[in-house]
Amino acid sequence: MARREPALRGNGWLRLPFWLTYLFLYAPIAVLVVMSFNRNKTPYSWGGFSLDWYGRLAENSSLRTGLVNTLIVALGSTALSTVLGTLLAVGLARHTRSRVLDALSTLPAILPDLVLAIGLLVFYSAIKMTLGLHSVLVAHTVFGMAFVTAVVRARLGHADTSLEEASQDLGATPYTTFIKVTLPTLAPGIVAGALLAFTLSLDEFVIAFFTHAPSQPTLPIVIYSMVRFGVTPEINALATLLLAVSFTVVIVAQRLTKLTEAL
Amino acid sequence: MNTLISIEGVSRRFGDVTALDSVSLDIRQGEFFALLGPSGCGKTTLLRILAGFEEPDAGSVRLDGADLLAVPAHRRPVNLMFQSYALFPHMSVEKNVAYGLEREKLPRQEIRRRVSEVLETVGLAAHARRRPHQLSGGQRQRVALARAIVKRPRLLLLDEPLSALDKKVRAEMQLELKRLQHDVGITFVVVTHDQEEAMSLADRIAVMQGGRVEQIDAPVALYDRPRTPFVADFIGANNLFAGTVSGGGLEVSGLGVLPAPTAGLPEGAQALLAVRPERVRLGQGTLTGTVVDVSFYGGVSHVALSVPGHGGHVLVATQGPARVETGTEIELGWDAADGVVIAADDAAVENGAPV
Amino acid sequence: MTPSPAGRRAAARVATLGPGFAFLTVFLLVPLALVLSYTVFRRGRFGGIVYEPTGENFARLADPLYLDVVLGSVRLAAVTTLLALLLGYPTAYMIARLPGRWKAIALVAVVLPFWTNFLIRTYAWIVLLNSQGPVNSGLEALGLGPVELLYTDGAIVAGLLYAYLPLMILPLYSAIERLDPQLREASANLGARPARTFWSVTLPLSLPGVLTGCVFVFVPSLGNFVIPELLGGGRRIMVGNLIRDQFLKARDWPFGSVLALAVIAVLVLLLFAQAWAGRRAGRNG
Repeated sequence: MARREPALRGNGWLRLPFWLTYLFLYAPIAVLVVMSFNRNKTPYSWGGFSLDWYGRLAENSSLRTGLVNTLIVALGSTALSTVLGTLLAVGLARHTRSRVLDALSTLPAILPDLVLAIGLLVFYSAIKMTLGLHSVLVAHTVFGMAFVTAVVRARLGHADTSLEEASQDLGATPYTTFIKVTLPTLAPGIVAGALLAFTLSLDEFVIAFFTHAPSQPTLPIVIYSMVRFGVTPEINALATLLLAVSFTVVIVAQRLTKLTEAL
Repeated sequence: MNTLISIEGVSRRFGDVTALDSVSLDIRQGEFFALLGPSGCGKTTLLRILAGFEEPDAGSVRLDGADLLAVPAHRRPVNLMFQSYALFPHMSVEKNVAYGLEREKLPRQEIRRRVSEVLETVGLAAHARRRPHQLSGGQRQRVALARAIVKRPRLLLLDEPLSALDKKVRAEMQLELKRLQHDVGITFVVVTHDQEEAMSLADRIAVMQGGRVEQIDAPVALYDRPRTPFVADFIGANNLFAGTVSGGGLEVSGLGVLPAPTAGLPEGAQALLAVRPERVRLGQGTLTGTVVDVSFYGGVSHVALSVPGHGGHVLVATQGPARVETGTEIELGWDAADGVVIAADDAAVENGAPV
Repeated sequence: MTPSPAGRRAAARVATLGPGFAFLTVFLLVPLALVLSYTVFRRGRFGGIVYEPTGENFARLADPLYLDVVLGSVRLAAVTTLLALLLGYPTAYMIARLPGRWKAIALVAVVLPFWTNFLIRTYAWIVLLNSQGPVNSGLEALGLGPVELLYTDGAIVAGLLYAYLPLMILPLYSAIERLDPQLREASANLGARPARTFWSVTLPLSLPGVLTGCVFVFVPSLGNFVIPELLGGGRRIMVGNLIRDQFLKARDWPFGSVLALAVIAVLVLLLFAQAWAGRRAGRNG
């Protein structure tokens, strides 16, 4: 159990910025959630509890289309980045010592999203590729892969190479070792990496903004066009729903990694 | 006994570091062999070469006369018990033990029979369905051992097998390993930095240092007749005196001529004299020293004396409580036959080590 | 015939590294190379590229019009970074010294808002800072308002800070957490008061974390174009907006590429500074 350090008593003044941070982080969210249950059309005075805005939301077809598009992109890019990223992580940890390759694998995660976005836009136009969901899917795979690689590699760093050697020692071919030992021990890292790639893709706006086809917007792009027109109570309801989803995913992921770490 | 493994001129470098420098040794069928040395002496590299996880830059390794280096790790009739045990955390005890047999594509019935047999042998039949993290350190080690011997390898390698266990379990496992080796009749090679472990387990020990083999001998021979200064210093406690052969003894500057078995050495030759603490007598002898420390260890006592003209302390072991007190001036000595003389020239030539 | 050990290793290397790096080469390296090459070519009359080498794209960076944009965005990004540090350091310090269970909760609570949609997080500030919004109603009740809050530089800074504060706290936390508590105890034992211990021991040793956090906040702040648009009302143009406009509106790709290169240059410079500070702290420690 962690000890309470006596020095903590002397740092009372640190509590102010500490609580200020959490107030700053959560007050805006709280306002949105409360407003989403407000009957009033003008969103700044309380007119009683209502679920009207959630009903409106359900009827909004462009949001529905956006959601479907986003799910297609997120699922596709997650699948692709999980496979490529896991292989890459194993390769980087076990089959090369190249620092250049190492740096290259993390580059998409460090690069500002705007730079990646214009790079892909320029590239797609240079090869005269028509834009659509596929162009967003590929773009999201570029950075999703970097995150999967990083997470799985962190896991590989902890994992003992002797497990793989033990498998070989007991007569397993390199392929069997990969399937029966490497992958199962990496499973928690792979799941965490995939979840990360998925949530990042769900929320990603800038790269999608540059690489999508106007006829097939993703959810963040639909939200962007709504938000640009200023305050609409519908968005409050949408925000509350998305918050609920994100919070659930994060908390489940946290539980999951705790659970698997105990393994 | 027949030679099982024959290692010849094996060298391995990692960048600037020479891990193995032309190592040659034979391991006999059915023996319990130990590779002993301080960390960085190359013993682990040699072990990993035998297992197939490292390749030597030069030299050959043969098993029953056939080239072992041409065989990939997963096809070698050699199994390793890892220092960390390397038990698969996502598999139960029985799955871990069955893993190697499944790779041989044996019939299921036979796998089940052999797994339960070996778990019986190591006393873990009741824990077959547990996961590794539900076991104690000693139990984990038994699983690791079972997993390796169930394959009935020609050679079983053990990497620091007892280092992760606490003292009591260690003594237990030590006996168990010896019994097991006797029962299954597999050749064991243990790598260790712990000389007591090596001495009590092994039939023969190779003492390694700086990538070279210093001496290969049975434990008693290693203790009684060290052939290099390193072995004399590394195995057990020793009082070491460097000097020149003179008048039937060893002339050491500052101390005079000390009794030493110098027969066969030419007058004036450089040599090292090693005298075990239990061979030194207090009360009479060629040297005079002052008692600086007395420690009582139950069965024996250690007395440290400072002798004018000698750099370090002279250590003396006596049975029972010592009958001297700190500060006392006392004579000490030994019979010439109780010392061991290591000719410095030979040692220097053989080991390149300064004396 | 079994393949040689070297052959087997090469096969494993290609099987694991091949697909990923092939993908990265096509969809990351080639696009970046294209952007880089566009910086030295002329723009076409109707967008597109004319492959005639020219230096004028770089020269335009010095145009007062654009220089103002660049310096203005650097200033806003710097203010954001400074505020994030002032708020983030004490928070990270407190989190690092909380007892185990609370530490985990406090950390998750820092990250949670970060995992919600970025646009919605920004939208929340439109609601908050609106002339009829809660902040202004509060000010009005105190007889201080209404004040124009939305569509100001302050609103942009608030939005950027809200978007990137967790990126400051996390590296700070891991840097402070890693410090051996015995160092602080040793300092106290040698007679230093807590403030002295902080300035002489904790802060210097957590400097790499400070720099990492600053890079993580500064660089995306510089490149963000959504927050200046939504919270700044388009009055303040930042580098991000400029880049977006060159690519999607003005279709001046060469100049847009130059601007993107400038952002990358800043990033690389800061990363080097951070690596240098990290090595220095490592040597001292």
